[in-house]
Amino acid sequence: MQRELMNRAKELLIDETVVRVLGWKKGDLGYNHEPAYFDSPEELEENFVYDAFCGANLSKYMIEAGKQEGKTLVFLKPCDTYSFNQLLKEHRIKRENTYIIGVGCRGNLDIDKIKAAGIKGIESVDADGDMLKVKTVYGEKEMPFEEALLERCLACKGKTHMVYDELIGAGEKEEAGPKGNRFDRVSELESLSPEERFAFWRSELSKCIRCNACRNACPACSCLKCVFDSNQFDSNQKANADTFEEQMFHIIRAFHVAGRCTDCGECSRVCPQGIPLHLLNRKFIKDINTLYGEYQAGEDTDSLAPLTNYTFEDAEPGIVAERGRK
Amino acid sequence: MQVENKKEFQPKIVAFCCNWCSYAGADLAGSSRLAYPADVKIIRVPCSCRVNPMFILRAFQRGADGVIMCGCHPGDCHYTTGNYYARRRMTLLFSMLDYLGVEHGRTRVEWVSAAEGVKFSTVMNEFVEKIYSLGENVRLEDLRCKES
Amino acid sequence: MMYKIDQARLGELFAAIAEKKDLFLPVKKADQTDFALWTKEAEVDLDTLRTVKSPKDCFFPQSETLYNTSLEEGKLSIDAAALCDRDFVVFGMRACDVQAVKVLDNVFLADPVDTYYAARREHAVLVAGACHEPEETCFCKVFGIDAAAPAADVATWRVGEALYWKALTKKGEALSEVVKEHLTPAEESAVEEAQTQIRSIIDKLPYSHLKLDVFKETPMMELFDSDRWEEMYKPCLACGTCTFVCPTCQCYDIRDFKTKDGVQRYRCWDSCMYSDFTMMAHGNMRTSQMQRFRQRFMHKLVYYPDNYEGMFSCVGCGRCVSKCPAALNIVKVIKTMGGEG
Repeated sequence: MQRELMNRAKELLIDETVVRVLGWKKGDLGYNHEPAYFDSPEELEENFVYDAFCGANLSKYMIEAGKQEGKTLVFLKPCDTYSFNQLLKEHRIKRENTYIIGVGCRGNLDIDKIKAAGIKGIESVDADGDMLKVKTVYGEKEMPFEEALLERCLACKGKTHMVYDELIGAGEKEEAGPKGNRFDRVSELESLSPEERFAFWRSELSKCIRCNACRNACPACSCLKCVFDSNQFDSNQKANADTFEEQMFHIIRAFHVAGRCTDCGECSRVCPQGIPLHLLNRKFIKDINTLYGEYQAGEDTDSLAPLTNYTFEDAEPGIVAERGRK
Repeated sequence: MQVENKKEFQPKIVAFCCNWCSYAGADLAGSSRLAYPADVKIIRVPCSCRVNPMFILRAFQRGADGVIMCGCHPGDCHYTTGNYYARRRMTLLFSMLDYLGVEHGRTRVEWVSAAEGVKFSTVMNEFVEKIYSLGENVRLEDLRCKES
Repeated sequence: MMYKIDQARLGELFAAIAEKKDLFLPVKKADQTDFALWTKEAEVDLDTLRTVKSPKDCFFPQSETLYNTSLEEGKLSIDAAALCDRDFVVFGMRACDVQAVKVLDNVFLADPVDTYYAARREHAVLVAGACHEPEETCFCKVFGIDAAAPAADVATWRVGEALYWKALTKKGEALSEVVKEHLTPAEESAVEEAQTQIRSIIDKLPYSHLKLDVFKETPMMELFDSDRWEEMYKPCLACGTCTFVCPTCQCYDIRDFKTKDGVQRYRCWDSCMYSDFTMMAHGNMRTSQMQRFRQRFMHKLVYYPDNYEGMFSCVGCGRCVSKCPAALNIVKVIKTMGGEG
């Protein structure tokens, strides 16, 4: 599929439909591909890559790319299109400045899971089959593709693109829908005692190094200036001075994207400390679904978001206490 | 008042009250000489909808043991719909705090109209009692803001 | 003098050290390994090659209080934070981490001496372990670091069932003395085979043969004005991951926090990736992410060597290589600027 994408991108550059291409550039370790702009067919030929290590959600980059002159061609995986749609809805991207090629996806791999399986000194990864074949300085290793999937792919939203100009490679391989219920872990946490939940989150959040990777990678975090970057405010976005600050940062961040978060999982993917941040977002999504009706952010561009909407019969906040543990 | 036999723990309660109903309700409670504990510090806001989740967290950071938000009854908002949005926000926020293991009794929302001086006083008494039973807030505390 | 201890008995060694000094070592918590204070319950993890954050925290914590002010009855008092006055041991560092401490020393121990850092350094004993299974992200060899023989106060190797222990400095010898009843004398040669093995693996690693001559040979302004920066910085998300996991990044910010009855002045790591980096009253002199991105790498590869006799302020630990959310890193920069070996 990589060749097909590359060729089509070249055509669109040559016939001047687009002036630049936003895709992924081949990394030097076989798995560390970076988001990149390509301006010429030669650059594409040399560096363009598309494989199971293209996890980065390019919608985020479209906020900047969309401000530039001329059309940008962007490759979006099915789940990335939700983020793109959400940004369209919030008028953060100009649709007319974008040419979207929806690309097929069989799931993205988590290099940390591969390393956690004891595979070290990686030279190259062959991810074509059901088994990953990894060449390392310590010899050849294997591991099942399924077991190395990113957390977000374990709760895949399906292989349908929400927005695109054309599709390439979509629908090939298995049409994997959701593999597990994405709210299982949330329910599990809900069923714990408050003390246990507090202990869980304290131990997770206290790892936070305040690097802001979650915020900066998040397509929903598109504020021009984040409240945590304000110098009018004695909370510091970069100091882990007190555990309260981590709690506040993550609660407020999750709250600010509540109803707008498409559950793309970038926050958890990029967290250097492996904090399961998606469990905060999914808690909001789960509550929204139960209290205000099923809602998937990014599915469309015209519906009202749950937090900019209301009904007369909405539950009272007291429901949190009444609900008890289920 | 009920404070006397519980000297050791003096809770701090922050009450966000909307200008149009609840603040007037508190006023009425005062002018009707209805007692409510001095532990409650009222912060007047233009509308319950003005209350940002950050306000609630900052109140806890700065030493509050309980935070209550009061607004006009649904349907009576001075700005027509403000409290409907506030209702959703607070529901989700309280649910999240609960999820993080913060005792859910520490946060509360009540709709209090300008005529409900009695309700204001009853709610505040109840809430303060609740916070007494929960004790000091330690799960959402900032150690730098505590007595040294 | 080479000693050894059965690895199964390391708990006793740690307890013996902790009795006399504070002991920091890699501890696994919620699935991630970072340096933390040793306790009996701590899940010590010596197998993970690299902690997420470097041991830099032990000498130069991410946040530290400088002083507290308080107002009592109209009188203002200022209490400076106490300097570190207790010996501590950092166990389980790597050769690259040790070199990183030297990088920090150059900055913080030069005039004017950073008293907080100096106090910690004075009380610290560094115990480093050889890297028996280096990874593809490692490139310490490029900076002349030998992962098979870490240059700390005490070097250790894990061979077979034993941990070999060798003091290299006076401080190290003093520590050996403290724990000598747990150590038994061993042959120097016991670790030689492991060392050869380590060096041969390192030779095969993809980044081990980078050449950095270009940064020394090219005039500074030519590197600064290179148009490659403009293309390289693009994927950067402007988060601070690379700087916060980096063992040598030393920039900090000083901030005030309003406490209950006064002000706490503290310093915290800063990151050149952040838009408020070097913000001053007149504004900010670096106004674009490209300039901030360039600052980080020019600092590591050009300015620092220029100030400190050619010593780079990168040690090849590979933390930024594995943690950057956009898969950018210093190696890609080195290669793009012409540093391929």
